[in-house]
Amino acid sequence: MPKLHWEDFTAGQVAEYGPQEVTAEEIKAFAAEFDPQPMHLDEEAARASLVGGLCASGWHTCAIMMRIVADGFILESSSLGATGCKEVKWLAPVRPGDRLRVRMEVLDTRPSTSRPDLGFVNARLDMLNADGVRVMTLTPHLMFGRRPAAP
Amino acid sequence: MRFFEDLRVGERIELGSHTFTAEEIKAFARRFDPQRFHVDEEAAAASHFGALCASGWHTAAMYMRFFVAAEQREAANLRAEGETPARDGPSPGIRDLRWLKPVYVGDTITFAREVKELRETTGRPGWGLMVAHNTGTNQNGELVFSFVGAKFAERRNKG
Repeated sequence: MPKLHWEDFTAGQVAEYGPQEVTAEEIKAFAAEFDPQPMHLDEEAARASLVGGLCASGWHTCAIMMRIVADGFILESSSLGATGCKEVKWLAPVRPGDRLRVRMEVLDTRPSTSRPDLGFVNARLDMLNADGVRVMTLTPHLMFGRRPAAP
Repeated sequence: MRFFEDLRVGERIELGSHTFTAEEIKAFARRFDPQRFHVDEEAAAASHFGALCASGWHTAAMYMRFFVAAEQREAANLRAEGETPARDGPSPGIRDLRWLKPVYVGDTITFAREVKELRETTGRPGWGLMVAHNTGTNQNGELVFSFVGAKFAERRNKG
């Protein structure tokens, strides 16, 4: 039985999850598989690039965010996935050794009109590094199961 | 990739197709998104998805694999013609990311990119901004994934 249901999310709620550290090996491994651009693969080539040094793929940053919120609350919730994100902004490079945390603010919630057993939660997720610099912000549309009525 | 001046609004490029296997769906999900419908066939069958399906971030990462491969093929073609390809630029972000339908085991997703807008930038001299509509379509012709992405493109004329 999940601990958190749609009813447990209300507009204005703020929570923080993480931190998780990202290593140069992980940055290069993700990049080799999904985003083999020099700035994500090779320190020297990255220094010559526009971003000035090795940094994580933006999609890797999204995946790390997912892991942080999965461990933070999603896995103990009635999560039914997400339908998308209004926006994802990569604001500052994620570097090897960065300790990343995710600050989540619930923007609004509404029940589904077609499915009485689920509801929607719109949130803003800010990813911050140890210096408090916002490296990414995104606004996902999440779905959660509703709390079953007491028998 | 090509220089900013050589990109054209309306140009659509098919990037390639990928068939998602259960092994890779579970491997990605175990690393990044271990929700039951991405890591466990039986639990997925009992979920609202009805079967094991890929994390949306896995679909997005796979799009990127095909995007980068297409850019690298293009760069190799330019070099073969004796031209210098433009340098890769970073992306400031995307909008309207949509996971429209689940990507199930065995689904073959074809990724494509269409240039929507070419914008001058003031903050980064020597670079322009390319805005593109990016899609993933399954073997039944159903749109399963889309987003509007922006990426810096190097200018030939550094003016």
